[in-house]
Amino acid sequence: MGVVALKLSDTTLGRVMCRPKGVIAGTWLILVVFVAVFAPYLTPYEYDIQDLPNAFRAPDAAHWLGTDEFGRDMLTRIMYGARTSLSVSTIAIGISVFCGMCLGAASGYFGGRFDRAVTAVIDLTWSFPEILVALILVAIIGPGVTGAMVAIGVAYLALFTRLTRSQIMAIKSETFVEASRSLGASHGHILMRHLLPNTLAPVIVAAMLATGDAIILEATLGFFGLGAQPPTPSWGGLMSSGTAQMFKAPWIIIIPGVAVAVTVFAINLFGDALIHALDVRARVRES
Amino acid sequence: MLLSVKNLSVGIGTLTLLESVSFDLAKGEIMGLVGESGSGKSLTALALTGLLPLIGGRVTAGSLEFDGTDLATLPKRKLRALRGRRIAFITQNPMTALDPVQRIGPQVDFVSRTHLGLDRKEARARTIELLTQLRIPQADTICSAYPHQLSGGMKQRIVIAMALAGNPDLIVADEPTTALDVTVQAQIIHLLTRLVRERGLALVLITHDMGVVAQACDKVAVLYAGRLAEQKPVHALFASPQHPYSAALIDCIPREGMAPGSLTGIPGNVASATAYPAGCRFHPRCPRAGAGCDTKVPVQRGLSDAGTVACHYPLNGALDV
Amino acid sequence: MSEPLVKIQSLSKRFDTPGGFLKKPRSMLAVRDVSLSIARGDIVGVVGESGCGKSTLARLVLRLIEPTKGAVCFEGADLTQLSRRDLRKMRQRMAMVFQDPYSSLDPRYRVADALAEPFVVQGARVPEGRIAELLEKVGLPNSMAQSYPHQLSGGQRQRVGIARALALNPDFIVLDEPTASLDVSIQAQIVSLIQQLQRDLDLTYLFISHDLGLVRYFCNRIVVMYLGAVVEELPDPNAAPRHPYTRALMASTFAPDPDTRQEATELTGEIPSGFDLPRGCAFAGRCPNVTAKCRETVPVLSRGPHPVACFHPIQG
Repeated sequence: MGVVALKLSDTTLGRVMCRPKGVIAGTWLILVVFVAVFAPYLTPYEYDIQDLPNAFRAPDAAHWLGTDEFGRDMLTRIMYGARTSLSVSTIAIGISVFCGMCLGAASGYFGGRFDRAVTAVIDLTWSFPEILVALILVAIIGPGVTGAMVAIGVAYLALFTRLTRSQIMAIKSETFVEASRSLGASHGHILMRHLLPNTLAPVIVAAMLATGDAIILEATLGFFGLGAQPPTPSWGGLMSSGTAQMFKAPWIIIIPGVAVAVTVFAINLFGDALIHALDVRARVRES
Repeated sequence: MLLSVKNLSVGIGTLTLLESVSFDLAKGEIMGLVGESGSGKSLTALALTGLLPLIGGRVTAGSLEFDGTDLATLPKRKLRALRGRRIAFITQNPMTALDPVQRIGPQVDFVSRTHLGLDRKEARARTIELLTQLRIPQADTICSAYPHQLSGGMKQRIVIAMALAGNPDLIVADEPTTALDVTVQAQIIHLLTRLVRERGLALVLITHDMGVVAQACDKVAVLYAGRLAEQKPVHALFASPQHPYSAALIDCIPREGMAPGSLTGIPGNVASATAYPAGCRFHPRCPRAGAGCDTKVPVQRGLSDAGTVACHYPLNGALDV
Repeated sequence: MSEPLVKIQSLSKRFDTPGGFLKKPRSMLAVRDVSLSIARGDIVGVVGESGCGKSTLARLVLRLIEPTKGAVCFEGADLTQLSRRDLRKMRQRMAMVFQDPYSSLDPRYRVADALAEPFVVQGARVPEGRIAELLEKVGLPNSMAQSYPHQLSGGQRQRVGIARALALNPDFIVLDEPTASLDVSIQAQIVSLIQQLQRDLDLTYLFISHDLGLVRYFCNRIVVMYLGAVVEELPDPNAAPRHPYTRALMASTFAPDPDTRQEATELTGEIPSGFDLPRGCAFAGRCPNVTAKCRETVPVLSRGPHPVACFHPIQG
């Protein structure tokens, strides 16, 4: 075996980064993730220590993004908020991708009564807005980080089940699946080696885009006071606490709002670049 | 000459996909344009019908003279008036050539109403007459059918009827029978050639099938990788092909009583437009390739049997320089 | 005569389309009562137009779909009765080459992985050097092992498809229109490769095609199908046709010779839908020699050296 030279343009990530929007969005996302992971080491203040004399300070040299109604540093709280928002949304989407792929693959591949039952339930959840599904679930589980994760995860389950199912149904009729069967391949082999790998690309893109939506959903739940409970900061919770002082200290609500908006925008941009990079047919056309 | 194509080149983007193709066609003649995928035969069809912009292509050099006017420089509006009226186009896939939500009758009527200015009644009468000529039983019932109710062969007849409806002088047919079953293909080819001969039309028949060429055409142009390899009257081509590619293409078709193992095909792969070999583009696959083939582009040379060939080492001698 | 390698006994396949709201359920016999025996080393061609059931037959023979009725015996063992595990073992002995080289290879598999898959599926290890050997057998350079399908031309992909079929050293290969979507020059290459492999490896072929000219060149026995049933079995490729449909099929093949032009075809009309078959002979609607009897009764395939299913066969 010769040495395989790894060219940047041969990897998916490399192709994403070849596009300007991929680079810009990717840089922002890496920054947010970095901040979220290392928040305890990066932040200048503690997120939960109140400093009432310094309440409602507008952004200045000591507090770059100002302080909130308890005098806590907004930058610190935003950085810790990124922790909550990102972990809740990615874990939630992770749950729904995994469960959705399993359900979708099984129902798409085997069909029959199981498929009809799954489709019926999925269609039912699909007809409710995600926020409603999430609210109902939070009402059952109770507010908090776990509740929000499960609620968001279930809210997006329908999306991934549907997507996987439709992909599997399309690929199942390709000749290479029949060719594999003619060799004596088992259902497990066909599912794990042919069908699922070929559905991965669109699922990854959808997961990326859904993570953006999940951040918004998490912020919404937080805004309603149903997400992470005080004093743990989350972007939605920060915005919620800012509403009362919207005119007195507008930065308290605007800054977390901008953080959500920019991050979601970056995720969508990155997802867009990913669509182009993962498209197998586009790759064929270029070569 | 009804149609005279001179040094036609067609490009898409920076690629030149058709290079310096020339041929003439008189009324009443059927000309076969043969070649494999990527030979440029469909591009020629699009150039003849002025439809190149549809695929982002353009004529980069040469002229397409149709009855005295150069189609390559004709303004779009005039070209549109000509297309469907004097030049008709039959596409490859009859399954997608018809509008699925419109009945057959109005689709065919449209052509004669637009181009011949007939009114509704006259147009329908003409449609029924055309369909009957194309041996479609119960033409009036078919007129009120939708395309999905018809078989493939029937649909292709409707497409042919639409081509004939404008009373054209030239028909360009791009692989009109490839999507059909063999017995139906035979019927359609016979029908098409009979109508063309009876009405004294000119037909450019694009195909990859040397059998169809032998059975239907008066003369043939063989294309390879965007260039003209050889052109000749059909009898001369089959009796003494001079370009090794033409000869090989004829030998690719199994004939009756052929010994097993005698069908070998042409080695290698069809040249790709992004990596054309230098010199003669056929030389990497050619059994006669010799000195100069990989560097010098062969020019078209006249032949004693009213054809031309572009080859440094043609078969069967008889070059008439 | 020795025991045939493959023996197909009155094989039938019915496809049902379920009814729905305001829609009656319909069923279609895609393959009707087909019997055929294939001796070791035979190249049997199956020809017919679209809807004649030739591809369904190919899949039934390898039990890629379950037959409605009938049996397929491979060296005496009935494939339709085998357990899943035994069938998998049996699949080492037979293989299939598919029509469309573009979709018959997984776009995510490199050539080497595609060639290794038969071994993986059988739970075996790939013997040392086997991939290179297979590539050489089908005339591909060893360097191609690391290529993805989209980097290959149609002809090269079909060669990979053939190499895959050869991987486990099968005795019997079903070829389902292996050249139909290729350029003519490539088609001839592939046919000649298949022919040479048959001689070198002593293979037995069932060759499915719509091209009678190709089948007559390539096969030593030809089965002609029309709407799911066998209408004629030509004992050798140059035998004169006895069924009017076979004759029409021959007349529809365009000879590459401008000196023998046919000006008309005897066949009119097109193949009826398999869902509403006529009562008698399926070909009655298009047959030039049709009589009242043909429209009433279904002709059965005669016995003897040159079987034909026609009440008025053409006399040689």
